[in-house]
Amino acid sequence: MIQFILNQKLISTETPSGENLLQFIREHQHLKGTKVGCREGDCGACTVLVGTLVNNAVEYRTVTSCLASLASVAGKHVVTVEGLNLSDGLNQAQQAIHDHSATQCGFCTPGFVVSMTSIIFDNPKQYQPDDAISGNICRCTGYKSIEKSVNQLDRILNKTEHSLSWYIQNRFIPEYFKEIPERLMLTRSDITPLKSDGMRSAGGTDVYVRSSDDLAEQNIQYLHEHNKIILTSEKVIIGAGVTVSQLWESDELIEILPLLRTHLRLISSKQIRNMATVAGNFVNASPIGDLSVLFLALNSELTIRNNSGSTRKLPLKSFFLDYKTIDLHPDELIETIEFEKPKSNFFYNFEKVSKRQYLDIASVNSAISFSFDKQILKNVNIAIGGVSAVPKYLTKTSEFLSDKKIDENLFREANDILQSEISPISDIRGTESYKRLLAKQLLFQHFLVFTQNMSA
Amino acid sequence: MEHTTKNKDSISHVRGTSIFVDDISEIRGTLQGLVFDSPVAHAHITSLDISDAERCTGVVKILTYNDIRGENQIGGIIQDEPLFAEKEIHFQGQAIALILAETLAEAKKAQKLIQLTYTELPVVTSVRQAHKNGRFTNASRTFRKNDAEKIFAKCDYVFEGQVFTNGQEHLYLETQGAYSVPLENGNIKIYSSTQGPTSVQKATAKVLGVPMHRLEVEVNRLGGGFGGKEDQATAWAAMAAVGTQITGRPVKLILDRHSDMRMTGKRHPYESDFKIGLDKNLKIKAYTATFYQNAGAAADLSPAVAERTLFHATNSYNIENVEVTVHSCKTNLPPNTAFRGFGGPQGMFVIEAAISKAAEALGVSAHKIQELNLLKDGDEFPYGQIASETLIQDTWNKAFTTFDIEKNIQQVADFNSKSKYFKKGYALMPITFGISFTNTPMNHARALVHIYQDGSVGISTGAVEMGQSVNTKMVLVATLTLGISPEKIKIETTNTTRVANTSPTAASATADLNGKAVEMACKILSNRLKTESARLLHLTDIKQISIKDNQVFVSEKLVEISWEELVLSAHLQRLSLTENAHYSTPEIHFDKSKEKGHPFAYHVYGTAFTVVSIDCIKGIYEIDSVKIVHDFGKSLSPALDFGQVEGALVQGIGWMTMEELLYNEKGRLLSNSLSGYKVPDIFSVPKIIEILPLETVGHKHAILKSKAVGEPPLMYGIGTYFALENAIKQFNPNYKHKFNSPLTPEKLLNALYDNHPNEF
Repeated sequence: MIQFILNQKLISTETPSGENLLQFIREHQHLKGTKVGCREGDCGACTVLVGTLVNNAVEYRTVTSCLASLASVAGKHVVTVEGLNLSDGLNQAQQAIHDHSATQCGFCTPGFVVSMTSIIFDNPKQYQPDDAISGNICRCTGYKSIEKSVNQLDRILNKTEHSLSWYIQNRFIPEYFKEIPERLMLTRSDITPLKSDGMRSAGGTDVYVRSSDDLAEQNIQYLHEHNKIILTSEKVIIGAGVTVSQLWESDELIEILPLLRTHLRLISSKQIRNMATVAGNFVNASPIGDLSVLFLALNSELTIRNNSGSTRKLPLKSFFLDYKTIDLHPDELIETIEFEKPKSNFFYNFEKVSKRQYLDIASVNSAISFSFDKQILKNVNIAIGGVSAVPKYLTKTSEFLSDKKIDENLFREANDILQSEISPISDIRGTESYKRLLAKQLLFQHFLVFTQNMSA
Repeated sequence: MEHTTKNKDSISHVRGTSIFVDDISEIRGTLQGLVFDSPVAHAHITSLDISDAERCTGVVKILTYNDIRGENQIGGIIQDEPLFAEKEIHFQGQAIALILAETLAEAKKAQKLIQLTYTELPVVTSVRQAHKNGRFTNASRTFRKNDAEKIFAKCDYVFEGQVFTNGQEHLYLETQGAYSVPLENGNIKIYSSTQGPTSVQKATAKVLGVPMHRLEVEVNRLGGGFGGKEDQATAWAAMAAVGTQITGRPVKLILDRHSDMRMTGKRHPYESDFKIGLDKNLKIKAYTATFYQNAGAAADLSPAVAERTLFHATNSYNIENVEVTVHSCKTNLPPNTAFRGFGGPQGMFVIEAAISKAAEALGVSAHKIQELNLLKDGDEFPYGQIASETLIQDTWNKAFTTFDIEKNIQQVADFNSKSKYFKKGYALMPITFGISFTNTPMNHARALVHIYQDGSVGISTGAVEMGQSVNTKMVLVATLTLGISPEKIKIETTNTTRVANTSPTAASATADLNGKAVEMACKILSNRLKTESARLLHLTDIKQISIKDNQVFVSEKLVEISWEELVLSAHLQRLSLTENAHYSTPEIHFDKSKEKGHPFAYHVYGTAFTVVSIDCIKGIYEIDSVKIVHDFGKSLSPALDFGQVEGALVQGIGWMTMEELLYNEKGRLLSNSLSGYKVPDIFSVPKIIEILPLETVGHKHAILKSKAVGEPPLMYGIGTYFALENAIKQFNPNYKHKFNSPLTPEKLLNALYDNHPNEF
């Protein structure tokens, strides 16, 4: 049995834990405000809030319910657009959309309402207001009216975090939110009976795109452990279950990788980043996996644990064996990924080019890290995606660049080596020749960003 | 009376309580429909075995063409499209069978057990190949004005070129769907997400083999249409209805996104050849173009789309000698269909390309050529209509002065001279778009207006609400005509039993046609009520009586009769409180045998100025600004009309930039999901969109002088393509116009480095 609170209602259901949340909301609970747009997390029409009890308070995040399992919301508070409706009039997000005529056909609108309301749960120092709607597609308005609506919310919130009662008083959320922490304490977060079999899923943002129908009839194991980021004096250790949003929100991590938020903004959408985990990206082993490329360039190392409890360590660059083939036994799970904490004079950059700049799959992505002493490059690690069967650590290119004096020509010369290390194929993300050209360009872009940073 | 109004559905939209087809509460016993479609684009079917699938748990019936009691035919203009494939498959995604099961999950399991064998046949996806093979969906058409070929010899400059514009997926957020419910005596009610309720009724009646009156088609609203549900909503409604006819049970059929993208047609891809001749003063003397339209496997709306390409082949320019021809080439793609602009954008792109080609060769700015050739009153369009109340020069001039375009152009040049890896480009895009269905017989509409005895009003029209706020406009028309507040007025669902024989909601003309009918009906009712007021007040002349703010006035002075009192009084006097009005657009006509006439009630004009920035390292781009002077006439509701301009513009920009339809040589759609087909998101739209209404008196054939606005602004998006090419040239001086849209980041990066004079 799974228990959770859906809007104000306690749900106790025997539905298989692999059933997707969107289906449950619409077909089992007949809440039709949440819309089916694409079932692959690419339109945001099914966006809902999921609130998790953390230290007696509830942390709310948006997710695309089409990619969420019932298992993932056990013991949590799920809020649909109906659950944001006030008894008298509109909530602030609804009002803003109404004020600026930011709804036309209305099909995407409930998703926008939920995403826009979620701005109140974001730290304004970490997020721009429009990050909240990065995963919502509207085909009617051209977004200008939506921008105005978001700006209206931003003005009301004044880039300040307020209390839950302030949000209730100021008509962002209904009164009943106040009782949710207490109610969640009384809600079971475990799934009974415990099943040791069934597919193991963490964020599920890839597996639910492919296998939603099959999973709907199964019980799955939802992995939610290893969700901490730990910084020691030497190392950065990131739990396998850490979501992309957690990386984003780690001010400690941003301190050592100052451009990280700009990089992560290029990766999927807020809703997906709220679900997708670091290890999920690795085990999915897409040749174009953004996080894989990002961590390859940090020369990261995985800790893998098997069912009997023994662990082994493996460099991430050795993890990807061939197309969608990884060095992971069925009884193993990734536990953490770690990399050396960079010292001073460290540079890190990530680049990604896709048809649409945001919420798209890259044609080519690339990341680089190095330290530098005077003008000499040290410990260069460069990785690239989309040009090989696996997310590729460029061993030779990295070696070539190391211990050399940085200048424009060096990067131009490195391209010849880079080209010898990659083997792109033509597909819908681009032709082979385009990907080769892009690989060259992104290598040069790393150099440009470095020199701009130095002169800034 | 408040003219700036809100979409009347905006409250229920934001609260998530608006009802779309998939949200209708299902009647117990409803079956779920799932289409089994062709995995290949062209083949002979050798066998279809549904026996294993039919034995699956929950499966009630699997329908094929054998189950059709009427005709297996849904072609709208030309009868060339079966509902279910019989012996031959013509495109990938063509429907072969419909699985009806108690649950969708059961239907999906059964779908995997259907066994189809076939012999593959050669697949044609290219229009040039189809043209060579002589495969057309319908007859080619040519519009001619004077003799272009003869004049080329006398031109100082002649340029030729080729153009490709790709198709475009509609990507209405709500996928196609229908819900069919049995009524008594074999009658069926169909809830459909369609722009054309009558099309659904007519085609389904034929498929079912029943008269039209047995079918009631109802539309509440659409989650976006954009033309994609004008003709192509019909198949799903008809299939669901066949299911109801055969099983006697309600049938729901909602396409999932992948099926919708795979099975339905899109904006037509076009390949075109042009030839343009100018004199030394840059006056365009002659223009010819041949358009190869990729119609797909059946005609669908292609004949009408092709026709509109010809109507807009010269866009906003007066050219004395013109010959333009369109071929609707039959290929093995899904039948392509209506999409906002309806062939107009494809025609306009080519003349803009021709002008750019001339400008490139002559070393002048394209906008100089554009400006020198703009239409004025008295000019004759190639189809014989004489331009009148022409405002294109007004919008052009106002754009130049208000937006200080010359200064902007200088700023772009200054930026480019200083910046190495970032470049800017700009383009002007004038538009002239004809309003009316080009098929004259379709320009009519009706409205049924009931005033209930308590004073509340219910209005039915043939207009379908799909986000364009046509229902809100109907409320405004009724409000202004009856003199009562909008809360008293309800717009009913669009239903074929209340308003029959309607034209689809299309051609930007729906508010005009239906609005005029509402206005007529309300005027009659208003006059009747004024007569009743006169009786109550013992007056003989109703001219001094007016109704406004829910009150009766005599010679502008309030008398003590409220709207409610007046209505009740009329009811007790046994006066009719219902009117049904019919409107058909006056003046318009078109003779297809001569390809001449006066097909449009009026034209909509506008000018857009677009500035873009490109990153020459990564080959990506941003749109800095699009500034538009648009001819709204006298807008009924600027808030709603601005939304139409912004939305259409961004859709046009998507078509020109990131939206790339990809079919392989086997006719398989590769861009078959939202992860492979990208439409603009909030970060990719222009940083600035500025819209300035041209102040005009409006047009008498426009509803309350507020001009049609749905389609025309889409073509402002074409400016983005030319602005990008303009920017590319600033980085790569060897670059020559390619006229190959969409200009994706891939094409842009290649353009930046192809044949670049310097080594990188």
